[in-house]
Amino acid sequence: MEFLTAHGADLLFYLFAALAVGGALGVVTLRSPMYGALSLLVTFLAVAVLFLLRNAEFVGMVQIFVYGGGIMVLFLFVIMLVNLHKLPDLKLFHGQTPFVAALVVALLALFGYFFFHMSFGPAFVRPEVFGTVKGQTGNPQAVALSLFQQQLLPFEIASVFLLVAMIGAVVLGRRQ
Amino acid sequence: MFEVTTTHYLVVSFLLFAIGIFGIAARKNMITVLMSIELVLNSVNLNLVAFSYQHSDLTGQIFSIFTITVAAGEAAVGLGILIAFFRLRETTTLDTASELKG
Repeated sequence: MEFLTAHGADLLFYLFAALAVGGALGVVTLRSPMYGALSLLVTFLAVAVLFLLRNAEFVGMVQIFVYGGGIMVLFLFVIMLVNLHKLPDLKLFHGQTPFVAALVVALLALFGYFFFHMSFGPAFVRPEVFGTVKGQTGNPQAVALSLFQQQLLPFEIASVFLLVAMIGAVVLGRRQ
Repeated sequence: MFEVTTTHYLVVSFLLFAIGIFGIAARKNMITVLMSIELVLNSVNLNLVAFSYQHSDLTGQIFSIFTITVAAGEAAVGLGILIAFFRLRETTTLDTASELKG
């Protein structure tokens, strides 16, 4: 029990990191896009928990709402719209797959080498920056203060970007 | 050794990134490729949040919110293209998109 209270956050990290990587593997290996989408949902939710463990409560919630809610519904909707039952025994992977796999393994080895030899040192975290100290109002307020003061211009540009994306999606999805 | 550090986050993020790149380059189904792109964007967010924590700087979290915004727009437009393509070809296999093949 003492072990759990001392290392609970670390254990949660290992559990949800494994879930995230497992879900990602499911996305690229499962045959049915529907199962792939549900596997992707597992990854999204696990990554949201990883955000929560790093003092990013607001980003974690946005991850659940936008990814787990919006984008996932969009994917499931499109999968149901395009009827894929007609092509059951199609090959899953391209012919270049061995080459791609070799490339990815080489990347893994390269970065693994750096991760093994490189240390960032301990993180001297100041929780008051993230607003996660008892007595403060919390992470969303800290994010909002930064977003609406220093980062106001990118915020407005993002709204224009969303408008453009919406118009583009409507035009693309329209029947000719 | 047991304690979770920024490097642990980088390893998870890089695994997600590598799996996503593999999915983008190796899978034939267009929907799966779009889902792999979401995986890659998610791994970038994980990196941003991990370094935000490491440096006690909120900017990483702000940036990851913008990344999520762009990912939402990308998914909407990408799936719109997919629907238009499906109307044209009655399939979502990437090999059938070969107009520009020399």
